[in-house]
Amino acid sequence: MEQLNAWFVELLSNNDIFTANTLGYYLDGLGNTVRLVFLSLIIGLVLAVPLAIARGSRRKWIKWPVFFYTYVFRGTPLLIQLYMIYYGVVFIEGIQDTFLWVILQGAFYPALIAFTLNTAAYTTEIFHGAIKATPRGEIEAARAYGMSRALMMRRIIMPSAFRRALPAYGNEVIFMLHASAIASVVTIMDLTGAARFVYARFYAPFDAFLFVAAIYLCLTFAILYLFRHLEKKLLAHLKPING
Amino acid sequence: MKKLLALTLLGMVMTTATAQARDGDDEIRLAIDVPYEPFVYRTPSGELKGFEIDLGNELCERANLDCTWVEQSWSGIIPGLLSRKYDAILSSMAITPARANQVLFSIPYYNTPSVWITRRGRDIDISDKASLEGLSVGVQRGTIRDSYVTQMYGDVLDIRRYSSSQDVANDLIAGRLDLSFEDYPVAVDTFHFREPDSKFKQVGESIKTPTSIFGKGAAMAFRQRDKALAEKFNQAIRDVYANGTYDKLMKQYFDYDISLPVGKQ
Amino acid sequence: MIDLKGYGPRLLEGALVTVEVAVLSLLLALILGLLTASAKLSRHVLLHRLATLYTTLIRGVPDLVLMLLLFFGGQIGVNMITDWLYYQFDVDIFISINEFVAGVVTIGFIFGAYMGETFRGAFLAVDSGQLEAGRAYGMSSRLIFRRIQFPQMMRHALPGLGNNWMVLLKTTALVSVIGLSDMVRIAAEATKATHEPFLFMVPVALIYLLIASVSEWGVARLQKRYNVGFGEADEWNN
Repeated sequence: MEQLNAWFVELLSNNDIFTANTLGYYLDGLGNTVRLVFLSLIIGLVLAVPLAIARGSRRKWIKWPVFFYTYVFRGTPLLIQLYMIYYGVVFIEGIQDTFLWVILQGAFYPALIAFTLNTAAYTTEIFHGAIKATPRGEIEAARAYGMSRALMMRRIIMPSAFRRALPAYGNEVIFMLHASAIASVVTIMDLTGAARFVYARFYAPFDAFLFVAAIYLCLTFAILYLFRHLEKKLLAHLKPING
Repeated sequence: MKKLLALTLLGMVMTTATAQARDGDDEIRLAIDVPYEPFVYRTPSGELKGFEIDLGNELCERANLDCTWVEQSWSGIIPGLLSRKYDAILSSMAITPARANQVLFSIPYYNTPSVWITRRGRDIDISDKASLEGLSVGVQRGTIRDSYVTQMYGDVLDIRRYSSSQDVANDLIAGRLDLSFEDYPVAVDTFHFREPDSKFKQVGESIKTPTSIFGKGAAMAFRQRDKALAEKFNQAIRDVYANGTYDKLMKQYFDYDISLPVGKQ
Repeated sequence: MIDLKGYGPRLLEGALVTVEVAVLSLLLALILGLLTASAKLSRHVLLHRLATLYTTLIRGVPDLVLMLLLFFGGQIGVNMITDWLYYQFDVDIFISINEFVAGVVTIGFIFGAYMGETFRGAFLAVDSGQLEAGRAYGMSSRLIFRRIQFPQMMRHALPGLGNNWMVLLKTTALVSVIGLSDMVRIAAEATKATHEPFLFMVPVALIYLLIASVSEWGVARLQKRYNVGFGEADEWNN
């Protein structure tokens, strides 16, 4: 351990790459990645709840557009969605003169829009699956109590569906973190962008990319840990008695 | 102990010997970053065109080498050379001290300044650093122009780094960037800023110094041990300069002079 | 017909590259997945740990970062090995880690980890009584694998494999970032040159949807085949 420590200290003092300056790039990158992923997940989640309910509607004109949306966004690469939005918004006639341009001018918001639409599509399907899996008995019991559809949705179906969706949603969060690496393609200095910058500067692929891989790994483990903890708390009643 | 030392030495000798033997065939792979108009670009059908393509083919013919082009994105171009994906770089690479530590340069074959470009109607004063606070500038990642803005304006400008010069141009045209810092010929061909009806204009002076960042011109790059190959190309560059071929090619692509007093190098 | 401004033929070539990358990395992923699953189910502690390390590390890092690492760093690493081979054994080989190799190997490795998990679960789901019955009939272990274990395992693995394939297909778009001329890169190139973002991106998106739909149909048919004798098909979940 002592040796490892000494080696590490020497590594840090004897290198041109991991100076305070470049570490600053990584730190900014971490901030951008977290902001981008967190915001898109939150907005995506808010969008997904009504969409998931609509997706299960018996009315075709409500059901089909949502199905079409999730089918397209889940069936094509996020990179293409990002390209279309990033390059596409520029060509909306006259957009440069509106207040919207202040937002869309940078790379951050187009990327946020693409990521949000993408994760909302996946989350919609996750919730839809969870709603469909509601035990019939629960629904019948609610009906027997004379609950209206809306009340039943709010009190019975959604709470249990949320819990059932938790493991799959945890995966989606990790997928989103990893998918966000493509933000660097449209000039956002996220974690991967910082690594690409440091690489282009020092031509040191192992240092630049292994370091950033380690950061992603830590983030992934943190998310895993968080969701394990949540599952333990919220899904306790679903555990086998002697498991 | 002595035996071990002898073996190590033998090993080292073999290293150089085999390295040369392995690179000894006459087929030379030249790496280039596409697009970098007018130096290189791809037609819709996929064909490579441009000044450096023509120049490279001419040099190879003079040096009696069988050359093929390898497309390589800029940020990986030096590592690709060092790890033998190709044998030389002919891609508007400026000679800088940092790069000279890694690769062997030929004599330079052209030299152009860099320019700041903005949209016409914008009032930007580059010399007044405080007024630049918060403005965005686009550069190609890992170029001398990236180094320059990072070093000189990193504290005030919002620097956006792109994979290719074309991406920078597109975002300036789209209105995403306030400024672009670009190689003069590339800026001329992309923004047509010298023409009266252009939407773009140059800001401030053309910039060539400090030499520690901008170097002394663009040259071919080789692995350090391939001195013989570099010498062949040096001779070819001197030849095309001397017999007027260089001028002829240059006039096809430029209406200004990008050449260097090459014979004296 | 839409006017693709001369980029049509290259877009088709790019589509072919996409399919090549996807199929080759799928093969690599299947092989790695089977190896990983066997390692995880084996009694060797070292093998088990190695497989766990592989699946944990690979699934913790973004695919693009791994791809960039392999593309920019892989050649240096491979050259070290080939140089060593040369000096030790006089074997002269040069393996070029170009965009294609880097893309296929990265995607193969990533999905090998996912496939490993799918296969592991599927192997565990095969009724052990059937294996015992095979042994009682005097079947060799290879015959048991071929006749009993593999077909039954596939029944359980297919939904997961199908899902992995769909994700893998979309992941191939990342090879455009390291410079391989797949259909996404050609479309991006055309977009930048012509300032027509939708003209090229929409057809490419449609090709992805087409491949996905065809695969879905194919997986459903395979599913039917492996489910022979099991009544209704497993539900398409996961």
